[in-house]
Amino acid sequence: MRVVVAMSGGVDSSVAAALLVQQGYDVVGIMLRLWAEEGRDASGQPHTNRCCAPEAVADARAVARLLGIPFYDIHAEALFRQQVVDRWVAAYAKATTPNPCFACNRYVRFGFLLQKALALGADYLATGHYARVEAVQGEGGTRYRLLKGCDAQKDQSYVLHVLGQRELARAMFPVGSYTKAQVRELARRFGLPVAERPESQDLCFLTQGDYRSFLKRHVPEVARPGPIFNTRGEQIGTHEGLPFYTVGQRRGLHVRTSSDHSEPLYVLRLDPSRNALIVGTSAELGTRVARVRAMHYVSGEPPAEPLRCMAKIRYKARESAGWLIPRADGSAEFEFDAPQRDLTPGQGLVCYLGDEVVGGGVIT
Amino acid sequence: MKRAPVYLDHAATTPVAPEVVAAMQPFLSEVFGNASSLHAHGREAAAALDEARATLACVLGARPGEIIFCSCGTESDNLALRGIALAMRKQGRGHHIITTPVEHQAVEATVQQLRDVFGFDVTMLPVDVHGRVDPDAVRRALRPDTVLVSVMLANNEVGTLQAVQEIGSICRHAGVPFHTDAVQAPAWLALDVRELHVDALSLSAHKFYGPKGVGVLYLREGTPYMSPLTGGGHERGRRPGTVNVAGAVGAAAALKLVARERQQQARRLQTLRDRLIDGVLASVPGARLSGHPTERLPNHASFVFEHVDGESLIMALDVEGFSVSTGSACSSGNPEPSPVLLAMGIPREWALGSLRVTLGYATTESDVEAFLHVLPRCVAQVRAAEQIVF
Repeated sequence: MRVVVAMSGGVDSSVAAALLVQQGYDVVGIMLRLWAEEGRDASGQPHTNRCCAPEAVADARAVARLLGIPFYDIHAEALFRQQVVDRWVAAYAKATTPNPCFACNRYVRFGFLLQKALALGADYLATGHYARVEAVQGEGGTRYRLLKGCDAQKDQSYVLHVLGQRELARAMFPVGSYTKAQVRELARRFGLPVAERPESQDLCFLTQGDYRSFLKRHVPEVARPGPIFNTRGEQIGTHEGLPFYTVGQRRGLHVRTSSDHSEPLYVLRLDPSRNALIVGTSAELGTRVARVRAMHYVSGEPPAEPLRCMAKIRYKARESAGWLIPRADGSAEFEFDAPQRDLTPGQGLVCYLGDEVVGGGVIT
Repeated sequence: MKRAPVYLDHAATTPVAPEVVAAMQPFLSEVFGNASSLHAHGREAAAALDEARATLACVLGARPGEIIFCSCGTESDNLALRGIALAMRKQGRGHHIITTPVEHQAVEATVQQLRDVFGFDVTMLPVDVHGRVDPDAVRRALRPDTVLVSVMLANNEVGTLQAVQEIGSICRHAGVPFHTDAVQAPAWLALDVRELHVDALSLSAHKFYGPKGVGVLYLREGTPYMSPLTGGGHERGRRPGTVNVAGAVGAAAALKLVARERQQQARRLQTLRDRLIDGVLASVPGARLSGHPTERLPNHASFVFEHVDGESLIMALDVEGFSVSTGSACSSGNPEPSPVLLAMGIPREWALGSLRVTLGYATTESDVEAFLHVLPRCVAQVRAAEQIVF
């Protein structure tokens, strides 16, 4: 059985590769070179994508050599730019707050790279994600369930909810049943030179400053100032451009405060039709019903009835209980038991039944 | 037990021959002098360098003073193009360069810089479906202000040979300096700079069983030239920088070796190459030979496959134990087909699926048969993967 491992030079994917070699698979390592913003750092070195900086490539290659497996680093900058960065920018331009990892997993890893793996004669594509796949034999053949990783702190099933039966049939997450501490311990035991590598943070393709400065450089037209209204429709300030704000945000709002506005103000909504920002008090923040478009169900089928389950509205959010109500047009509503303070259009809403990912979509 | 991978990528590089290693050995250890020093240690190095230069000159039909050592084939191309073009312009001879769209990047990118930064005017000669230039087109493209013509001898991607001798003769007649990138040729073809009518010729030792990091430039005496590198008076000021004596000795030993072996090897490998070409075209559907069917390097077989991702195919063959190449730097994540293949009129959906198999002195019939056994399955596997849309 041949398995291609998506390697990043980091500890998780390196341990994933080592575990597969230990289990006797015919393992091939592939690292994708992804797009990063052009420019140079203070020492004059060109910026590279954080996931695949030259040192990371060297680390991954060293791990592959240690494990005695073939290793390829493949250029996918143009593909990544088009499928991930351009979509991400377009979503911001529509005054939403997108998560680029969805598109990356959907189109780059479990699209382009999975295809590469099959072209190499592989049966599976493995990644270093903290998640699990479970095959269930049934009457209609094998079904695949996507489960949370065993390490609750590290669980990455949220960004994998975009996968379906065809992808999961080919997916392996070898570190999903370990905790991060165990994975670091395994890395030391395997003698991998990457055991102490720090966690990767933030968006991999941002090289200078935060996403706001990225947007200013790449899509300057989004920096279009507009009015800030309170919930009574009074203009109480001017914003710098809608993409620079997210729902629930408190800091960075330059608004006039009067006697009745002594309370802190939060972003309640972004209104692209009027290029307006709506702000209000903490008490006004919070929505009980989320509308979700482009729902994707891991099983391939929406539940026939409204489903009592848990939902997560961003990667690091806590789960909240409620009802998932699928609609015939492929959208859905999620009725939370309690109002959610930061339901952010563009982010993913992912539903769970226990450890199992039911599916998810994009909050509108 | 896994067998050792089969190396079929001799256009990328060749192993250093044992006799070349032996010739270089003293200069990597006890004979360490700087050939520019006037003392005994320097003299010993200088003597070795003189001998290497004389050997190269002798095999190429040149005079020793016409041989310049540098660091690689790319540098040799750079020195020739920039050195001649800038000197010619300085003499007021003009600013027009003629070249082809199938050159190696070392020439292509240098000409592009001469155009974009230095203001030269560039004419790209058309090539036919095999990547060949019509010598008559060179004649027609020549202008009174033409200062340089550069046409490669053998193409790295598709193996096509150019009518260098005829083009050289046209340029000589017109009094225009002519450079050829002959990097792919020495292991397979006899090169005589007088017969070829070239004014400058670029070589790279590692392509003919010599070491990496050694380039050679033949520059005909009297050719206008100003060194693009500035520094000391090494190589008579034509390439400043301490000469790599061991490398120069290695290049000379390698050229001597290939001059001895190439006729017999070329004959043997041409038969194997034709067996390979026939086998591939017979066993793989949607396959075409790229480059010229007969006017090509005797060790060089190159193909394009319809609807095949070339990079995936190379990886699949590597996993099966065969080291081959697409022939270009194309990558499926940044899908730009090779400009060389496009210039030859090969459609995009074929050009993305290129394969280059280049045989060497150690290649056996069983290597070729084993490759032919594996290739059709790999092509089918890559094609099948592309049909699946995730």
